[in-house]
Amino acid sequence: MAFINSILDDFFWRALLGGVGVALVAGPLGCFVVWRRLAYFGDTLAHSALLGIALGFLLQIPLNLGIVVTSVALALVLVILARSRTLATDTLLGILAHSALAIGLVTLSFMPNVRVDLNGYLFGDLLAMSRHDLMWIYGGAVLIVALLVWLWQGLLMATIHEELARVEGFAVERLRLVLMLMFSLVIAVAMKIVGVLLITALLIIPAATARRLASSPEQMALITVVIGIMAVSGGLSLSWHADTPAGPSVVVTAFAMFLLVYGAVRQPRS
Amino acid sequence: MTDRLAELKQVSVSFADTAVVSNISLTVNRGDILTIIGPNGAGKTTLIKAVLGIQPITGGSIWRHPGIKTGYVPQHIHLQATLPLSVKRFMMLTGESAQNCREALARTRVEHLFENASVHNLSGGEMQRVLIARALVRSPDLLVLDEPAQGVDINGQAALYTLIRELRDTLNCGVIMISHDLHLVMAATDKVICLNQHVCCSGYPADISQDPAFIETFGQSVAESLAIYHHRHNHDHDLHGNVIAHDHNHSEDCATHGLH
Repeated sequence: MAFINSILDDFFWRALLGGVGVALVAGPLGCFVVWRRLAYFGDTLAHSALLGIALGFLLQIPLNLGIVVTSVALALVLVILARSRTLATDTLLGILAHSALAIGLVTLSFMPNVRVDLNGYLFGDLLAMSRHDLMWIYGGAVLIVALLVWLWQGLLMATIHEELARVEGFAVERLRLVLMLMFSLVIAVAMKIVGVLLITALLIIPAATARRLASSPEQMALITVVIGIMAVSGGLSLSWHADTPAGPSVVVTAFAMFLLVYGAVRQPRS
Repeated sequence: MTDRLAELKQVSVSFADTAVVSNISLTVNRGDILTIIGPNGAGKTTLIKAVLGIQPITGGSIWRHPGIKTGYVPQHIHLQATLPLSVKRFMMLTGESAQNCREALARTRVEHLFENASVHNLSGGEMQRVLIARALVRSPDLLVLDEPAQGVDINGQAALYTLIRELRDTLNCGVIMISHDLHLVMAATDKVICLNQHVCCSGYPADISQDPAFIETFGQSVAESLAIYHHRHNHDHDLHGNVIAHDHNHSEDCATHGLH
């Protein structure tokens, strides 16, 4: 215990532990973002996180809860609006993403008593990771991993071909909802690491890198986790030694690995 | 156990107030091969999706035998290349054993794809055979195929329809399929439904190829090449070869929407 305590007392180790926890769930979920072409969707949810923070301050609820609630609400609004088909989905996503971000910023400015480190929310504040944050991250990670293991077969089949999945008896609509819920959760926990503006990068860069190395969906998810952990620890070390901002350093490390793998491996394996 | 697998009564499907199919009644029994033909936009795919229960209907009713298993071979399958997937894994996602999956692929003559092949490197014909294998490995009671011969070469097409007949016998299932290959359909199926938003005509191949509604939909020359005994009906052709109906009493829809 004393050893664990001493590790948790060190902010560098706390940051690393938090980063690893986020990479554990950002890996498989990032794969779903890439497989289902949800990059822009993830971006929109991430942008809404700032509105969630404003909401959290306003209602005096935990900020993470505010983020989860806002992004779930936004996901539902998106599903409903996309059904009416009055605007193309990418237009809709663009409108909602930036409006949510802007409304969040404006709302925060109305609260003079609240002093927020905007930079930290936008680009991550990995080195300010508290024990409380770690609890959130690992709590969310356990929940997400459990859901993924439980629903894996159905999630995979619905991703490969929705109609075949439905004919084979999978509750496709419900699975999509669960997936959105998981995205909202991962965004709430990943925000601490890389910030609102870089979350999508943490989701898709390791997954896209892993695609070149994997020959099955499960393999791709696991490789994505490993690459994510490498990106977080590499980025953190860079930040530590060169005094660079932590979130962007993580993304730069992930991007470097992406270039390396795509340079070295010409063809995907399966 | 009854032989009736599914029954549609006056089924309609509309998208935003536009009727795609209307007033469709049909029955599929175990052992039937029911082929749906009709011009593009006739609502064929919508109709079979309704039978499968993956297309909400806006009118009428659908009864399916409780507990029947359906197998589906969709028309266009687009698999994301970002998802690494082998044929073996794709087959085994049905929950069937490796042995069964291999046998199913052997039946559609693509057993060699079981080991090591990726779904992303298949030709159109191979993909079609894998999809059929995937549908049949689940031992469906009702097999639904949307243009199964698509992308299959001409020799393969006849073999494919033979295979579907064989499957009907060995699985003792009912089959509904959509097809454009009129010659093969007429030779291979039990019952044909000519669809053009509503059922224009239905019956056995030899009968419907002489049906005025069929001739209106597909044109005189097609009908003539198909009919075994053909009698000229009460209509003429214009300069473009189009059918001009004189005085038979078929509804106007066919004439408006048909492929003349």
